Amino acid sequence: MLSLKRDKKEEEEGGGNPFYNLEKSAVLQEARTLNDTPIDPRKCGHILTKLLYIINQGENIGQNEATKAFFAMTKLFQSNDPILRRLVYLGIKEMSKIAQDVIIVTSCLMKDMKGKEEFRGPAIRALCSVTDSTMLQSIQRYMDEAIMDKGPAVASAALVSALHLGKGSHEVVKRWVDAANAVATSENPMVEFHALCLLYHVLKNDKIALFKLVSKSRKFRSPYSYCLQIRIAAKLIEREDAGSNSELFDFIESCLRHKSEMVIYEAAQAIVQLKNTTAKDLAPAVSVLQLFCSSPKPTLRFAAVRTLNKVAIKHPAAVTACNLDLENLITDVNRSIATLAITTLLKTGNESSVDRLMKQISSFMSEISDEFKIVVVQGIRSLCSKFPRKHNVLMTFLAQMLRDEGGFDYKKEIVECIISTIEENPEAKEAGLAHLCEFIEDCEHTVLATKILHLLGREGPRTPTPSKYIRFIYNRVILENAAVRAAAVSAIAKFGAHCEDLMESCIVLLERCQLDSDDEVRDRATFYVNVLKQNQKPLSSAYILNGLQVSVVGLERALHQYTLEPTETEFDMKSVPLATQPLAEQKVRDVPGESASVKPSQDKVAASRQDVYQEQLAQVPELANLGTLFKSSRPLEVTESETEYYIQCVKHTFSNYIVFQFDCTNTLNDQLLENVTVDMEPAEGFEVSKSIPCVNLPYNKPGSTYTLVRLPSEPTQVTGTFACTLKFLVKDCDPQTGEPDDEGYDDEYVLEDVEVTVADHVQRVMKPNFAASWEEVGPENELEDTYSLSTMNTLEEAIKNIIQYIGLQPCERSDKVPEGKSSHTLYLAGVFRGGHDALVRAKLALDSSGVTMQLTVRSTDPNVSEVLATAVA
Amino acid sequence: MDAGLREPSFYFVKAIAILDNDGNRMLAKYYDDSFPTAKEQKEFEKNLFNKTHRANGEIIMFEGLTCVYKSNVDLFFYVVGSSMENELILASCLNAFYDSISEILRKNVEKRALLDNLDAVFLAADELCDGGIVLESDPHQIVQRVAIRNDDIPLGEQTMAKVLQSAKDQIKWSLLK
Repeated sequence: MLSLKRDKKEEEEGGGNPFYNLEKSAVLQEARTLNDTPIDPRKCGHILTKLLYIINQGENIGQNEATKAFFAMTKLFQSNDPILRRLVYLGIKEMSKIAQDVIIVTSCLMKDMKGKEEFRGPAIRALCSVTDSTMLQSIQRYMDEAIMDKGPAVASAALVSALHLGKGSHEVVKRWVDAANAVATSENPMVEFHALCLLYHVLKNDKIALFKLVSKSRKFRSPYSYCLQIRIAAKLIEREDAGSNSELFDFIESCLRHKSEMVIYEAAQAIVQLKNTTAKDLAPAVSVLQLFCSSPKPTLRFAAVRTLNKVAIKHPAAVTACNLDLENLITDVNRSIATLAITTLLKTGNESSVDRLMKQISSFMSEISDEFKIVVVQGIRSLCSKFPRKHNVLMTFLAQMLRDEGGFDYKKEIVECIISTIEENPEAKEAGLAHLCEFIEDCEHTVLATKILHLLGREGPRTPTPSKYIRFIYNRVILENAAVRAAAVSAIAKFGAHCEDLMESCIVLLERCQLDSDDEVRDRATFYVNVLKQNQKPLSSAYILNGLQVSVVGLERALHQYTLEPTETEFDMKSVPLATQPLAEQKVRDVPGESASVKPSQDKVAASRQDVYQEQLAQVPELANLGTLFKSSRPLEVTESETEYYIQCVKHTFSNYIVFQFDCTNTLNDQLLENVTVDMEPAEGFEVSKSIPCVNLPYNKPGSTYTLVRLPSEPTQVTGTFACTLKFLVKDCDPQTGEPDDEGYDDEYVLEDVEVTVADHVQRVMKPNFAASWEEVGPENELEDTYSLSTMNTLEEAIKNIIQYIGLQPCERSDKVPEGKSSHTLYLAGVFRGGHDALVRAKLALDSSGVTMQLTVRSTDPNVSEVLATAVA
Repeated sequence: MDAGLREPSFYFVKAIAILDNDGNRMLAKYYDDSFPTAKEQKEFEKNLFNKTHRANGEIIMFEGLTCVYKSNVDLFFYVVGSSMENELILASCLNAFYDSISEILRKNVEKRALLDNLDAVFLAADELCDGGIVLESDPHQIVQRVAIRNDDIPLGEQTMAKVLQSAKDQIKWSLLK
């Protein structure tokens, strides 16, 4: 009666789970009663089950408690109850990792492994969990016998345990190769599979033996064996770089006709993953997968689509045949299948199917989760760049999605997709901007609204009818929160600065904003009104259209420094390091569906790289008073990477000096290098003024040595080549302890030449509105020249080289040449050492003899113009 | 992606689990260190459960792993493998797992029955997969190896027999005295 009541109470609490709320200590306490005689199998079984349950729930059991319970458990070997015995084995396996002296049960287990049939397999597995390498000798023979046992349960248990005993140790598992060979042709499928596993594990580094193992083409009984065999064969083909003509490939292909779906799929998967496959080799695999697509089993459909998705990355054409089947899967009840089907289709879709695909997607967009929608948007984004001509359909679709319900991440993805399409495809610009305008009318996300307003300010003024955007922007000033209002004010100012005929009205609008309730909005409005009223092109370009271009961290540091030391002089903006263009231009669009994971963080690191160097150099007392660091180059290898000493060079440009930083790594473990310097043979006009040695350079600990070079006084002489030699004192040392000899000897090591180029003297700066900057600098120091670049065969190649030589930032996406054009204009902007603005316009034309270039340079300093104009020559 | 084929592996299974209809763990076995701590494991199970308990899909890509699953009444069975794993192998394991448990519970696959036979369920899981290697994929073989007393006397009667036995013993002892 009492127990009944308790049961009821438990039922309420734990949903009828008698194990609910088991106390670890109570169970362990109870485990002690396992010692009691006579043994009650049922009661002990229950206790053991509880124990196993709490272990399985992830409870942490201390070593002492575990050991106690373990010893109590060993007493249960006296009972011959089969279930109890099996639970004991399980208990032993679980406890073997936490309890001490588990080896004590070895003899009991050894007895069982030779005893009753039903105990033998589990006993072997339990035994192997308590055995360590010292005992291997004594159990080897028994294991051999067990492997060859006619009971499949025993043989399988022994084979698998042998593999676990090895835990990757080749030597240990090798002992059982002969036994495994003997049972590899077993009647029992599982034994056959386990024997194959063991053989593969032992032979996996022996290519010839593996080849033999696989090419013994025989019939297997277990589909698992086939799968493993296919994997081995595929790996061998890849390692040999063999193509489809190898006999291994024939084996894999023959598996496509196996009766088990598991094997067919494994073979298909293996074929599509091979590297050197032709469309013909792929065809049978793809058609098998295509069949699977219409299977009633979700797992099969999933497997097929997942693999087709992979094929689509490398061979989109091969998958096109399955497009119809894939389209049917878009509406699959299983979301994972539908997602994969969509992303595959978006990869393989051709221009003509875009419309149909969009229609299909839109029919179920409302039914799916945001997460999935984002995947779809990413797919559309890649379609946009693939088929720029289809922008109309795609844009309309995106706009539709923008209007629908959705979370922030989803909306953000769409907005980014539209923005990137606008930037890549000028034809899509107007439609895209119109959609975005409509979106901000009803946008609850401040971040997105400000982002779009900023974009409108940048792109809007340059459209044929800028006036139509102003209404949208000004509406924001009336209706939104302060952050959006401020962004809107900036955007309006940009219209005013760029379009003369709109200036009057913009000033009126901005004057109204001066009455805003928010400080920031009022400040911005006042500032812009005053700048605009000056009506000077250079002024509006510098303060409205192109803004500040200094590094924020650098500005903060410089201002802090300035306030610390009160001086009469004004704060010099030019002393602030420039914002380095984050080197993320070549941002790799991650393949949709491959899950966006490693995208961010990169930009941040690139932006602060220079700040890191600045800090680092400031630590070296000899280099501390060179002024602000203007530019640091990328690390350049001056040795081969596999040599004794591995050295990279970074060039730091200051206003009058260049610091060469050599990061050295000593890869010889029997040498200690001391007093390491790099001796530089200066080019004409340059003068080595100091070199700071690296005091000692032990094995594998990077160290830096610096060489300080004074730049030539002649301002147009900026380039040169330096021959470098590494000089150092070698002390031999003990490779183990690193203890060096007392005596050393001088040695040197010739490094590759280091070149100083024009690019080292300029810093890239992005001018969002190049034309305005061009006018701002003015024609005063303009230089123009025409070059014929006969070695270049395409515009892209020419552009790449020009950017590399001059080292300026391409603006307004002018580094991308629209397809099929034979002429192009490249805009480059930056700042020359000393803070002089530098702008380059290169008009390029392609003809039969190569590329002809008309280069125009404008700068605030005549010398700079000269240097840049000659950089390409 | 172009790193080439992965090393052939016969460790097909990363984890197996049975959860109840609140996502609580009934049984879970992890065969590699994808989720090293109990906390991470439970977290994974919770998330997996939330993703799967309503969708009737059999298979899901989840946290970079492929999970096949099957449910009945208030129990959810899972087999987890790497995202590159042959899904059909995982499905075959799941079937073996489910069918053997179903046989042990005499087709009565629900939480109460499972808890009443937890010992046999533990043993079945142990016979299914050892350290990530599939040990046996035939449900009948698994059940046979678990060696459950299928002709078990029902619990009530059994306790009766026990009471009788102890009474007999006591009488015997008292007579001997």
